Amino acid sequence: MILGLAGNQNCGKTTLFNQLTGSNQHVGNFPGVTVARKDGQIRGHKDVTVVDLPGIYSLSPYSNEEIVTRDFLLNNNPDAIINIVDATNIERNLYLSMQLIELDIPMVIALNMMDEVRANGGTIKIKEFQKQLGVPVIPISASKNEGVEELIDTVLEVAEAKRAPRRQDFCSGAVHRTIHSIAHMVEDHAQRIKVPPRFAATKLVEGDEPMRKALRLSENEIDMVMHDVTEMERELGTDREAALADMRYSFIESLCASTVVKMGESREHRRSVAIDRVLTGKYLAIPIFLLIMMLIFWLTFGVIGTALSDLLSLGITAVTDAADAGLTAYGINPIVKSLVIDGVFAGVGSVLQFLPIIVVLFFFLSILEDSGYMARVAFVMDKLLRRIGLSGRSFVPMLIGFGCSVPAIMSTRTLSSERDRKMTILLTPFMSCSAKLPIYAVFTAAFFPKHAALVMILLYVMGILMGVGSGLLMRGTVFHGNPVPFVMELPNYRMPSAKSVLLLIWDKARDFLVRAFTVIFVATIIIWFLQTFDTRFNPVSSGSDSMLAMIGRWIAPIFAPLGFGDWMSSTALITGFTAKEAVISTLAVLTGTDVSNLPQALSTLFTPLTAFTFLTFTLLYTPCIAAVNAVRQEMGSVRSAVGVVFYQCGVAWIAAFLVYQAGRLVAG
Amino acid sequence: MTLDRLKIGKSSKIVEVRGEGALRRRLLDMGLTPNTEVMVRKMAPMGDPIEIHLRGYELTLRMDDAKKIVIEEA
Repeated sequence: MILGLAGNQNCGKTTLFNQLTGSNQHVGNFPGVTVARKDGQIRGHKDVTVVDLPGIYSLSPYSNEEIVTRDFLLNNNPDAIINIVDATNIERNLYLSMQLIELDIPMVIALNMMDEVRANGGTIKIKEFQKQLGVPVIPISASKNEGVEELIDTVLEVAEAKRAPRRQDFCSGAVHRTIHSIAHMVEDHAQRIKVPPRFAATKLVEGDEPMRKALRLSENEIDMVMHDVTEMERELGTDREAALADMRYSFIESLCASTVVKMGESREHRRSVAIDRVLTGKYLAIPIFLLIMMLIFWLTFGVIGTALSDLLSLGITAVTDAADAGLTAYGINPIVKSLVIDGVFAGVGSVLQFLPIIVVLFFFLSILEDSGYMARVAFVMDKLLRRIGLSGRSFVPMLIGFGCSVPAIMSTRTLSSERDRKMTILLTPFMSCSAKLPIYAVFTAAFFPKHAALVMILLYVMGILMGVGSGLLMRGTVFHGNPVPFVMELPNYRMPSAKSVLLLIWDKARDFLVRAFTVIFVATIIIWFLQTFDTRFNPVSSGSDSMLAMIGRWIAPIFAPLGFGDWMSSTALITGFTAKEAVISTLAVLTGTDVSNLPQALSTLFTPLTAFTFLTFTLLYTPCIAAVNAVRQEMGSVRSAVGVVFYQCGVAWIAAFLVYQAGRLVAG
Repeated sequence: MTLDRLKIGKSSKIVEVRGEGALRRRLLDMGLTPNTEVMVRKMAPMGDPIEIHLRGYELTLRMDDAKKIVIEEA
């Protein structure tokens, strides 16, 4: 049995999903789009799957989230819908319910946050309320796990009895007549494509293009529909879309007037308004936001991240040393030992080193999201990102990019529009990640000891500018057309639930390990192989004889116009693909020195100008394999991931070329 | 007059929602239908977007979009 869980954003849908399923969840995508789909088995009912549908406000055909929900409900034949409704915000939440009811699928309304309504002196006459709506209504509190058992029982009962909503007619007058006449007219077409005629008719009256196409109406029928609609518009003195929205809200208003004893302004709402006086206030909003982000960065990449990373590498080193000693004592072939130690252990280590960052960062991000603060950030920062065709929602993921692209790309999942999500994923790698800092540090120490800070700032700014430029370019090409409207709810602040936070962390960590492990591991092994052997598969004694060095020599001419056409720097760039900090260790190995003496060694390879062009290229060229894999995972497409690699390498080459040539002109 | 010109803290009733396509539909779906009472709560620190209060909840929209919402004269 399949159930669909539908509801608005911020109505407690995820909390309810977690209560229904526990940790029996499976994350995937809806076919063809990057809209996330979560399935789970209902606790105690192994044969019942519930699908968490995207948080939407309407079944209009304008966003992929809405279309996906519609398609799922119409084509996957769910046995019932659980429609979760936030009782503290009942009018707007019921707007979606009215459209869901028209789908003629057995349905139950879960009236969430009833505890909050009651605590604030409100109440809902449930019996009368469900009588007027024609579907069972169960008051629940998802966060306190109240009423959930009753909800499950009711849904299963309704689904087994195939009890469709008892009422679909919520309209009167001209709208009523028009919908009915059109429903009759298109009945055959609708039944052919297995869509309830009533739903088809309503959508046609609204002017819904996908529905009109799907029904394949004849010219004559289209004319008749148009005739009815025009007649209705004339009679009501308004247009079709406004007429139907008004019809739904009018019914909801009269329903609420007769069954809902409104609560006074709730404590939660008053508290939210008070908090917002500070957090989105004119003077404090931006400083506080920056402070919060700095704190998160400091904790993630400094305090906790470093501590966990150190602990982890301590463990890895201990295991590696033990294995090393064991293998040596056993007298194993040095190549096999190198495979185990430098290949396998290094590979596992490079996957695991992301884990502390991901866990800690998503701990903070899920608190920001669940508390309602993320929506405020979008509100405060929207103006900055509007020019490149994005909204304030993309600000935090891009900011995380300065720490690490991998969690930054993973965090775009919370963006509610697919277009914004894709664009943010593509722009995030331009934010210079913290793994590039060691490279900047070594090069500035070697070439710009007096202007280290200036050079670094210059690099960061260049990355941001390239991101903005790419955004403008994409807005004009790949993502042309109108951006998704930025009309966003600012939900009341809420205490994040520990369960949701932990589940999200678990989700992200598992997601990363499962999907990134193979890719990163294989890449590390390949690099190890290329570094260890020459073309005749003999182990090399010096780094300059390896296959990797040979490939470095092949591609070195590509970098000649950028001023660093020697094989060592191109070889270092290749290893940088597995992890950016590898650029430095490779350069140290190839120049026959260690990292602390690398600045001196580099002065034979680079001039200050070519050093700066090299930094420019390193800043912009392909993200590391873990980030590329995150792009593939979140975009659901290998092509996009490969595209990112080539696009960024191209941008990097052009930028470095311009820097080098301009530098030569200036130097004369 | 249009919603972008309503002073902070003041309320009015919606007369008509103009515009077209996804934006207009979104505004209607979010409950900005004729005769709905709206109050402008605040403006973002950079002067745009604005935060409004309607039907018991808070909504943010951009100034450009607020221009499409016709409201009753104060």
